[in-house]
Amino acid sequence: MDILSMTAVQIGQAIKEKKITVEDATKAVLEKIKECEPLYNCYVTVDEEGALKSAKEIQKKIDNGELTGPLAGVPVAIKDNMCTKDILTTCSSKILSNFVPSFSSEAVINLEKAGAVILGKTNMDEFAMGSTTETSFYGPTKNPRNPEHVPGGSSGGSAAAVAANECFYALGSDTGGSIRQPASYCGVVGMKPTYGRVSRYGLIAYGSSLDQIGPLCKDVTDLANIMEVICSYDSKDSTSVKREDNDFTSALKEDVTGLKIGIPRDYFGDGLNGEIKEKILSAVEILKAKGAIVEEFDLSLVEYAIPTYYTIAAAEASSNLERFDGIKYGYRTEEYNGLHNMYKKTRSEGFGPEVKRRIMLGSFVLSSGYYDAYYLKALKVKALIKKAFDDAFSKYDIIVAPAAPTTAPRLGESLADPIAMYLSDIYTISVNLAGLPGITVPCGNDKDGLPIGLQMIGNSFEEHKLIRAAFTYECAAKCGKDGE
Amino acid sequence: MANIISDETIEYVGILAKLELSDTEKEAAKKDMGSMLDYIDKLSELNTDDIEPMSHVFPVRNVWREDIVTNGDDRENILKNAPGEKDGMFEVPKTFD
Repeated sequence: MDILSMTAVQIGQAIKEKKITVEDATKAVLEKIKECEPLYNCYVTVDEEGALKSAKEIQKKIDNGELTGPLAGVPVAIKDNMCTKDILTTCSSKILSNFVPSFSSEAVINLEKAGAVILGKTNMDEFAMGSTTETSFYGPTKNPRNPEHVPGGSSGGSAAAVAANECFYALGSDTGGSIRQPASYCGVVGMKPTYGRVSRYGLIAYGSSLDQIGPLCKDVTDLANIMEVICSYDSKDSTSVKREDNDFTSALKEDVTGLKIGIPRDYFGDGLNGEIKEKILSAVEILKAKGAIVEEFDLSLVEYAIPTYYTIAAAEASSNLERFDGIKYGYRTEEYNGLHNMYKKTRSEGFGPEVKRRIMLGSFVLSSGYYDAYYLKALKVKALIKKAFDDAFSKYDIIVAPAAPTTAPRLGESLADPIAMYLSDIYTISVNLAGLPGITVPCGNDKDGLPIGLQMIGNSFEEHKLIRAAFTYECAAKCGKDGE
Repeated sequence: MANIISDETIEYVGILAKLELSDTEKEAAKKDMGSMLDYIDKLSELNTDDIEPMSHVFPVRNVWREDIVTNGDDRENILKNAPGEKDGMFEVPKTFD
């Protein structure tokens, strides 16, 4: 049995049927991590000892019937911006290089309750600010599909770890596309749930009104199962939403009959790579053949999404990152003269260039005299963008689009021109502004063999439709391949 | 570049952001911020006169709970992360004479 190529749900099933033990699965993946880490650098921290210890404990709980869920015993990787009790949590920053949380984030606690074995913490852009995982203090992650290319970001370590079989699934976070874009670059499945579905408690905040935790995994079945575990109401997160419809596996149905799909013309114009366009449109044809009704429309305001996002995200970041002051946790500069000098030196030495750039921009747009012109203006445009989506969803069940305008860029090509890098998020970013759910599934490769991701966007809390459409597409695409 | 960021502005923003930038970093920050603001200025093309600013996508209001302590005393663990600790408290540099 080739353990590593199995999906999370298949591993859970094999453990349940006693074909393998939790320890077998954990050891196999830890071996793979040892073999691959020198090549890809997906992890900041691998907790081998902790993983093996919890593998034994979880096995006992499975054996005595305490743990019965589909993910019991399955090893998982966690993005390094989610607090994990007693495991180093760095946010891929120097400023948190020694931070060991005294508590775990709610999403991680939910996974643990479901019997997850935590392998370690995955690399990311520093404080999730970046689209390539190259701004990490701990070095870039490389794309397992082609190590000369980036894995995307900011959840690049999580996406790459899934692609390299260095875990069976992973958690990421998505503020402007940070799950969906790396999933697309690495050829894995990823979802950003509706804002409020997953508790942000214990997620180190970047842009609080946009951040959302979600899964990166091998297929849509895994995705639905992980979503069922991580989505929950949490009184510790005031934006958490109480929902009765977290039964995502019920949406794993091969049926898109009558599903109305909108294709935004403005997502398929200049700037979109021709091969990607072709693959996305042939994926749409597959859904159409399965009974979906497809129509083109103009979403509008697409070119305003990125400037709106950077204003809001930078403003929130400048406020959220004030807490890193060298007093309560993390790095503190060695020599200083008084309190304020300590703050300034600690932060200047502890943050990398992209983080400083966004803190500066955020401080500026919130400063008196500029607040109305920049920050308030962006919040008004956000309202317009939300309305554009509301109009679209009055006509369509889901929107289908590319996840990114290109496939994964080469390492070292993106950071020199921040605005060009920001453009790689053009198709994902407005989804965060509108708080909507979005899913990415692989839909083929370009001529160089780099994966292309199909993005589907749903109305608020309509993840079920996305999962149903993605599952239907996945089944049809698999059949197509098998038939070749 | 339409937005020219002055030395004074960068100094002022550095104070707000609590960041100490080297001269090279300051020059880079002036250029970066200028080009980002040029980019953000695109938003002024849109008329938003009658639009309410949207901070949250859902109509969430203040969420209240009873003020009851539910977590235990975790002081020791929390202080383990502190760069400076004294007598069960965070230690900070001298702030006034």
